[in-house]
Amino acid sequence: MLAEDIWRLDRPRILPARGVGNRDAERRGGEGRPHTIGPAALPLHQPAADPPPHSGEDPPIVFVEKLNNAMRVTALSRAAMALGLTPDLTLADARARIPELIAIDRDHGAEARLLARIVAGCVRYTPMVAAEPPDGLILDVTGCTHAFDGEAGLKADLLARLKNYGITIQSAYGDTPEQARALARFGKDGADVRTLPVEALEADPAVTLALRRAGLKTIEALDQRPRKMLAARFGDLAIRLARLLGEQDRHITPERPLPPIFALRRFAEPIGRVEDALACLEELAHETAQTLLERHEGGRRFIARLFRSDGAVAAIEVGTGQPTRDPALLIRLLRERVDALADPIDPGFGFDMIRLDVGGTEPLTARQDDHLAPSRHEEELAELVDRLSARLGARRIYRVQPENTHIPECAVTRCPSSRIATWESLPEGEPPMRPLRLFDPPQPVNAVMSEVPDGPPMRFTWRGRTYGIARWEGPERIAAEWWHRRDRGGRPRDYYRVEDADGHRFWLFRHGLHESGGAAPAWYIHGLFA
Amino acid sequence: MTCESPPLPAPQRSAGTKPKIAFTHTESIVPPSRFALGLEPLDTALGGGLARARLHEIWPVAVEDGPSATGFALMLALRASDEKGAIVWIGQEHGRAGALYPPGLADLGIDPGRILFVAAPDEKALLRAAGDVVRSPAAAAAVIAPAGSAPLLDLTASRRLTLFAERSGTTAILLRTTDPQTPSAATTRWRVAAAPARALEANAPGQTAFNLDLLRQRGGAPSHGWQVEWDRDRARFAPLSRAVAVDAGGGYLATG
Repeated sequence: MLAEDIWRLDRPRILPARGVGNRDAERRGGEGRPHTIGPAALPLHQPAADPPPHSGEDPPIVFVEKLNNAMRVTALSRAAMALGLTPDLTLADARARIPELIAIDRDHGAEARLLARIVAGCVRYTPMVAAEPPDGLILDVTGCTHAFDGEAGLKADLLARLKNYGITIQSAYGDTPEQARALARFGKDGADVRTLPVEALEADPAVTLALRRAGLKTIEALDQRPRKMLAARFGDLAIRLARLLGEQDRHITPERPLPPIFALRRFAEPIGRVEDALACLEELAHETAQTLLERHEGGRRFIARLFRSDGAVAAIEVGTGQPTRDPALLIRLLRERVDALADPIDPGFGFDMIRLDVGGTEPLTARQDDHLAPSRHEEELAELVDRLSARLGARRIYRVQPENTHIPECAVTRCPSSRIATWESLPEGEPPMRPLRLFDPPQPVNAVMSEVPDGPPMRFTWRGRTYGIARWEGPERIAAEWWHRRDRGGRPRDYYRVEDADGHRFWLFRHGLHESGGAAPAWYIHGLFA
Repeated sequence: MTCESPPLPAPQRSAGTKPKIAFTHTESIVPPSRFALGLEPLDTALGGGLARARLHEIWPVAVEDGPSATGFALMLALRASDEKGAIVWIGQEHGRAGALYPPGLADLGIDPGRILFVAAPDEKALLRAAGDVVRSPAAAAAVIAPAGSAPLLDLTASRRLTLFAERSGTTAILLRTTDPQTPSAATTRWRVAAAPARALEANAPGQTAFNLDLLRQRGGAPSHGWQVEWDRDRARFAPLSRAVAVDAGGGYLATG
């Protein structure tokens, strides 16, 4: 996943969301001052479908979004910008100009995830990193620049690293986060903040317009007016101005990842019985449960590691369908898992350390029991699923969901047991149209007799037995999905529901059509009706 | 001589120390709740319907009747679960009978969304999974479908499943592929064959129909030769009537 993401980022397609070049980043610096950096220009997306491999020239890509009932370009690649496309164009207009345009739906979730990854990566510079959604981040680099030979070195390092991933940023140092942000987005690093236009305050558009109408076009002009007047007329504008000018500071809220949850025990003397190790794991489970409780979280994945004194490590991993912090349940699952291990845990000379990690967590708040309906059906079912998953593996416990296709063997896929799909039912009074048992792949049947070549079967042989057909219905023609096939072809299937004299019901199909001169199409049995 | 001392109090245990495997069979003496199949004479023969929280065993007459037995087992599970609660299908991978096909289930009026599938790699795993499912009160009904003749599912295994079912309230249905020819602790044992369906217009195959033989029932008499039709829309069994005359030649002309 990681490697793939990086690979995707690697390919240059960094797109500014607003027309002007790339976006910005902010930072601010100076000895002894708090420093902030904030790149804002994020790569906006990794498209799901990669364009054809690099052939010297990048294809023009635009990202589109539905705005006011029209598909509009909201971000575009450099190649697309070079062709004269601009944001806010409708997709139809853009297509009319550049027919070979690649348009991709904009995915804000993916952008947010990318930003979060960049934030996580910037922790190398300072622990105080905060995201400024949608496309910026602020770094407070106070006291951190010495490791990078000063502000310029830090900035160069950051730019080089992000450039490696194909991310273009604009960055600036500033005395306050707002100042850095304004310089990165509306000016350039090192410029005087007072020369910036009033837009740099990023106030309400109506306020900005009012200021412009009043002739206050730059921060400097605004700064010369009495602040009280501004506060009375425009509310928080005075605060914004003070922050921008570095007169007032707001501290950023850094993104700090929570430390991973684990518990461990070391033993002076190795313990030699798996049973004792499990008892120890139970204690550890209680410890992790306490931490999980404090965080209002439940674990979805638990990994118990038994470190043998000779260096071998046995890892037992269990997953749960719902977040949990119940030690008893966890121990039960671990026991199931240990019991089901094909190759049992060998304590050898004993374990000298046992560690329990919580691999994945999800929010889990305390819940009030419903005393009127004490049935805890859902939880019991989730527990049952967990127990079976621990023993058999999660992929063996599943539910099914319908797929949007006519091809019978593709019409169903497995889904996790937590998802309950809705199924359509037949209109009233119709007999079953689909078999209860399906053969995948279909099985060939021999000696099929029909009265006329394209007619229904009269008799067929399957698994060494011949069945005479008494009743039948059909054909139901299911065409191949030519739109998915490279050759745009595929033979249609003519399905017949047939019943023999004893009441056995079969689902047969003829694969293909009769063609003059060609061999007769083959018959297959695809399923059996109840 | 009279004994004046008060009777000894019954030995008391705190709830926590009560052993889980106590053969206290007194609780199961309470007659189980029953679910009707919807076909009145058959329900009368069964004494008001089939017992919930018990094991029922089903097998087909011949290999070709396998899907009919599958259908009957799932229909019983649907009736037993009373339109709510989960149905768990415990099957085995790589069976020769073909995979259960959810759209076919939907066409029988059994919502595939309610079914939780468990695919066991072999018979032993299937038996253990079946034990887990039947022991848990989570599922309303469980269909246990081994792929082969299932020699492990013997009298002892069926006894265990029955005990689990009695305690948890889950109705267990054991769907075999052949006649086991061994004794079993199942409350009822059924033999199922496909029956020619009531033909629809133009000689098309109609609603699902079965020939049922109730080979054994605990505390009741066996009865044979039931011809039933599955009423999909009302999710119940109905008598199979052959009122519609079949025009042998018409089918071909009408729909061909």
